[in-house]
Amino acid sequence: MIAARADWLLALPVLIPLLACALSAALRGRPLVQRAVTATAAAAMLVSGAALVAEVLGRGVIASQMGDWPAPFGITMVADLFAAAMVAITALIYAATAAYAPADAGMRAQEALWHPLLAALVLGVAGAFLAGDLFNLYVWFEVMLIASFGLLVLGGGREQLDAAVKYAVLNLMATTVFLIAVGLVYGLTGTLNLADMARRMPQVPNQGAAAAVAFLLLAAFGAKAAVFPLFFWLPASYHTAIAPVAAIFAGLLTKVGVYAMIRLVTLVFPAGQDWMAPLLWAVAAGTMVVGVLGAAAHWDIRRILSFHIISQIGYMIVGLAVATPFAIAGAVLYIIHHIMVKANLFLVAGAIRRAGGSFSLAALGGLWRRDPWLGILFAIAALSLAGLPPLSGFWAKFMVVKSGFDAGWYALAAVALGTGILTLYSMLKIWIEAFWKEPPEGAAVVALAGRERWLLLGPVAALALVTLGIGLWAEPFAAYALAAGEQLAGREAYIAAVLGARP
Amino acid sequence: METLLALLFGLLLAAACYLLLARSLPRVIIGLLLLGNAANLAIIAAGRVAGTAPPLVERGAQALAAGASNPLPQALVLTAIVISFALTAFVMVLAWATWRSEATLDPEALRRAEPAALPSTDKQEAAEAEARP
Repeated sequence: MIAARADWLLALPVLIPLLACALSAALRGRPLVQRAVTATAAAAMLVSGAALVAEVLGRGVIASQMGDWPAPFGITMVADLFAAAMVAITALIYAATAAYAPADAGMRAQEALWHPLLAALVLGVAGAFLAGDLFNLYVWFEVMLIASFGLLVLGGGREQLDAAVKYAVLNLMATTVFLIAVGLVYGLTGTLNLADMARRMPQVPNQGAAAAVAFLLLAAFGAKAAVFPLFFWLPASYHTAIAPVAAIFAGLLTKVGVYAMIRLVTLVFPAGQDWMAPLLWAVAAGTMVVGVLGAAAHWDIRRILSFHIISQIGYMIVGLAVATPFAIAGAVLYIIHHIMVKANLFLVAGAIRRAGGSFSLAALGGLWRRDPWLGILFAIAALSLAGLPPLSGFWAKFMVVKSGFDAGWYALAAVALGTGILTLYSMLKIWIEAFWKEPPEGAAVVALAGRERWLLLGPVAALALVTLGIGLWAEPFAAYALAAGEQLAGREAYIAAVLGARP
Repeated sequence: METLLALLFGLLLAAACYLLLARSLPRVIIGLLLLGNAANLAIIAAGRVAGTAPPLVERGAQALAAGASNPLPQALVLTAIVISFALTAFVMVLAWATWRSEATLDPEALRRAEPAALPSTDKQEAAEAEARP
């Protein structure tokens, strides 16, 4: 059978980074050719991501059986509105970091390795978004993990070794827990295909075992997503990575965990076990509060931003805990907004380090007078993160908090609002210390200029424009998120697309 | 057979937990290996262990004969073994590099990325504490 358009659209987001990984690994020692390969791959991935979104918007959920083995026996790749949007945004971050990286000072010696590892990471992330099968999801997680190990130690510093030990051990434990859960799910339902599992899970006679498995899976994905009691690997490691690596980690990695949680809860356990809602409630509140307080305590830009990743994950979990279609739509919009803004903030942090010579707020100062554009770009991303109108963060936060009030979860919505204020506090702290205060004695002053300034600030400006675009022209994005939320909550379309008309 | 596998699974899990809590990286790595093997046992045990005949469909038949083993868990375990092999190799290299650069294998003593104390409320002191190690 000749592969149809849907098959190509689902395979390309995986094939493009795979090819880019192989090519750029073979072309080590020729940095210019490697850059061309990465740039081409990122552009191709953007096009295929956009085409995937367009196709899913037009036709609803699409699925493809690899090798034409019928589901649930073969390997299935599925894209609904949520997954397609995630693939498109992954491509956007891929392009932004690829454009930024060659200009980053920490990169120079490592560039030969950066290109293949970046492609491998994007491969794992895109594969995880499109996987229709629990075991494949596990394999994509591992692809992502091994690439991220490589990227984390890229700088080769002693700090990075320490960080990598903690990152590697804790993440390996989480994936092994995931693997154990995969085995138990197979034992319970006799299938690994997510759509088939969704049909069979309610018929499992031993619902206690089903609950245990659901908990194991949630714990494994939660550790990946860095939620409240399982986040310790993140602040121990992210701040040591070089700026473009930190940006792509901050943007994508934890969100794959959140994606897997949302997919699992909406598709396989939609009725929700009794314990699930209170658990998610506590996890969401704890994640928001602990993350934002951790950020408030620190004086290093990267550490502040790392803790904010954690607190923002909490908002997404709020959407999942409330679990009305509107709440899930809010979580979807939040993830899309957050990936962009967070990656952008880490890229800006790299530029601040270049211009001010340090990540530490004590050693920075006077940046506003020297480079107002850097300040404006930081302000857009930072205020969007805090959720000020008219930026994208406002609409995302608005949907999540409104869903909380609508469903009568007042305490959780209040925690979310308070966390927003504290987020604004840490963003203002960076602003006052790095941009407004007089530079301290003996601070390094490196004027960002010429080509380097364009290369560093160009991708940042592009991502800031997208943030502004979502903020000012929110209607289509909110409509898309609402449609995605409806699709996730009413899961029939997904199951029918994967399993066809079979009873 | 299942009971035996379940007991073995529990034993491996307990040993893995014990080793993972040790303050020595080589022990932690062995703990990760044991944990991975416990996961493999779980998959095998979950996928029916009764059959021993090779899972081949006879010519003309439509389904597997009774008593055939289940090939899927074996394929899953094979994949998982390969992955855990690669990841363990990476962690061992990491431990070796840590030993060479820090001369310690105690994760508690690795404090370059994570300072031992809370950051100071004074930004200057915090920056100095950061730069010190």
